[in-house]
Amino acid sequence: MDRHAQVIDVDGLQLLIEVLASRGYTVMGPTVRDGAVVVAPVAGVADLPRGLRDEQDAAHYRLVPRDDDAFFGHAAAVQGAKPVLFPADQLLWRARRSEDGFRLDASDDDDAAPVALLGARSCDLAAVDIHDEVLLRRRFSDAHYAQRRAGTFVVAVTCGDPAGTCFCASTGTGPRPGAGFDLLLTELLEPVHRFLVEVGSVRGAEVLAEVPAAPAGPGDLAAADDVVVRATGRMGRVLETEGLRDVLYAAAESPHWDDVASRCLACTSCTLVCPTCFCTSVEDVADLTGDVAERHRVWDSCFSKDFAYIHGGSLRGETRSRYRQWITHKLAAWQDQFGMLGCVGCGRCITWCPAAIDITAEAAALRAATPLVTTGEGARR
Amino acid sequence: MTTTPLLPVPHVPPARATRPTLAVWKFASCDGCQLTLLNCEDELMALAGAVRIAYFPEATRAVVDGPYDLSLVEGSVTTPEEVERIGQIRAMSRHLVTIGACATTGGIQALRNFADVAEFRSVVYAHPEYLSTLDRSTPISAHVTVDFELRGCPVDKNQLLEVLAAYLQRRRPRIPTYSVCVECKRRGAVCVTVAHGTPCLGPVTQAGCGALCPAFARGCYGCFGPQDSPNTSALADRLLAAGMAPDEVMRVYRTFNAASEPFRRESERHEGEVSS
Ligand code: SF4
Ligand code: SF4
Ligand code: SF4
Ligand code: SF4
Repeated sequence: MDRHAQVIDVDGLQLLIEVLASRGYTVMGPTVRDGAVVVAPVAGVADLPRGLRDEQDAAHYRLVPRDDDAFFGHAAAVQGAKPVLFPADQLLWRARRSEDGFRLDASDDDDAAPVALLGARSCDLAAVDIHDEVLLRRRFSDAHYAQRRAGTFVVAVTCGDPAGTCFCASTGTGPRPGAGFDLLLTELLEPVHRFLVEVGSVRGAEVLAEVPAAPAGPGDLAAADDVVVRATGRMGRVLETEGLRDVLYAAAESPHWDDVASRCLACTSCTLVCPTCFCTSVEDVADLTGDVAERHRVWDSCFSKDFAYIHGGSLRGETRSRYRQWITHKLAAWQDQFGMLGCVGCGRCITWCPAAIDITAEAAALRAATPLVTTGEGARR
Repeated sequence: MTTTPLLPVPHVPPARATRPTLAVWKFASCDGCQLTLLNCEDELMALAGAVRIAYFPEATRAVVDGPYDLSLVEGSVTTPEEVERIGQIRAMSRHLVTIGACATTGGIQALRNFADVAEFRSVVYAHPEYLSTLDRSTPISAHVTVDFELRGCPVDKNQLLEVLAAYLQRRRPRIPTYSVCVECKRRGAVCVTVAHGTPCLGPVTQAGCGALCPAFARGCYGCFGPQDSPNTSALADRLLAAGMAPDEVMRVYRTFNAASEPFRRESERHEGEVSS
């Protein structure tokens, strides 16, 4: 297959970051903070997490040394593209009292520099595509998201070493990014440290033209394909998606929800780290004088009691109904709502659940405990 | 007594010309919450313009006689004299808001609730007969009707200003009751439990501090008391499984909000439990 791929070395990666910066992008890439790989501004390869692997399991995350020098030898960062494109706290408007009423401040968004996402993984891109569907392609698009999204340059990376909580192979969203990038890097370590670069857009080609690169040889392409094959075989978790929607709908009254609720802390962490969860609430704030008022949109979660607050009380007073809402939305109702699974298999909700609750294990337990009303092809709508 | 989740209705709008009077009262407490009010340096002028500070001994000796439009009450009730005094203050106050862990749950001094006060008294004081103290430390809401309870040890400055602004603007204060984890994730902090194995009470604790401790790589101590859906036993199970001794689990629940129902029940569950 001729992918018009090029090869760059470590200096080339450094130059790539510099070229993006010189084009006015804030380069947001993986870097180590407080013992974990987070996405933050990076100025060069020195900021990347070199020679580190992330050991991930339910409620467990540790960075451990690798026996090589890989820059991208870790899996999904603590939070991926979500906080970059869909911030936790978005100022919608600010109003000031004036003599004849009030006036609105100009939006701060307009002067924000566009972002280049470096090291985005296949699950990250699949999640961004879901957010595009939810926030852009429906009847009303989200202006703040649209603006950030349009300017964003994406340098994706093929996952070479999935974590213990990864299952993108099950959800069909990885480990090799298929679309949604301007440039795609696959890190190759032997015999020399280099990156296979594939171009996904005109903009990507323009940027790559500024970096010294050599055409990829058959050996480079084969090595890159091998990275994908090995990564696919090393997924830490599996999610059986076949008929999952029907299983969850049939499990609506399952006693299993009480079992999960006895363990679940209703802390919201799973939804807030989930790259596809998009729920927010709108909050109005005013200062003491009442002369300045602001409207903010902040991340919210179906695990919080007030999330389902309507006149008279919360619809989901008990944790059992909140967990049911979350997993049923992700794995079943999302399919009816958006025509796709709401889960991209990144494993973040498993790793970052302080109670070690595992969406793949709960889905399997529900499947085992739930007799479907009918079986076979006819049951799958 | 019950507390209402909303600021009082009906409410007489505070006209700009006649600023509402504000009184700040102290019961058994460390003054930290009142200090939070004084620490609102940038907002103090605006506050002084919006309310008339009528009684605030921590800040000024000038006293305006009651009744007061809004009373902020810090501290818990620990003596017979305080039982009487809180009744008088309630009678003098149109609206009464309690501030801080002491006033809302009994505070750290509610550790006496788990022990024998007579014994403390005889051990600590040369003349215990001079003391008149109750054997329980109780929140203000155990004695009088409270219009709003603001949690925290100490209260958060921005939440305090929000409650005052809401009072002045006759709206509901925006004080969420969800967990500290919400604030922790929103600010992008790395979870200390998952990434460092540090015990953290964030999942059972009400937000308000902005996840201050986790942002500095420390576990949450539970300063803001239980969140609205606190699964204290599931968190205790996690702490025990991670190797924490039962008496330590008892102690993490027994701090500034020891007497809050969910924390009290959980700490008592681990009383006398032996490590396996
Ligand atoms: S549900 Fe969990 S595994 Fe799936 S996308 Fe969300 S965080 Fe990732
Ligand atoms: S799972 Fe919950 S938080 Fe996530 S999108 Fe669905 S309703 Fe919203
Ligand atoms: S499933 Fe885990 S992360 Fe999600 S709310 Fe429950 S305890 Fe928190
Ligand atoms: S550090 Fe504590 S507050 Fe933050 S997410 Fe983890 S458990 Fe929750």
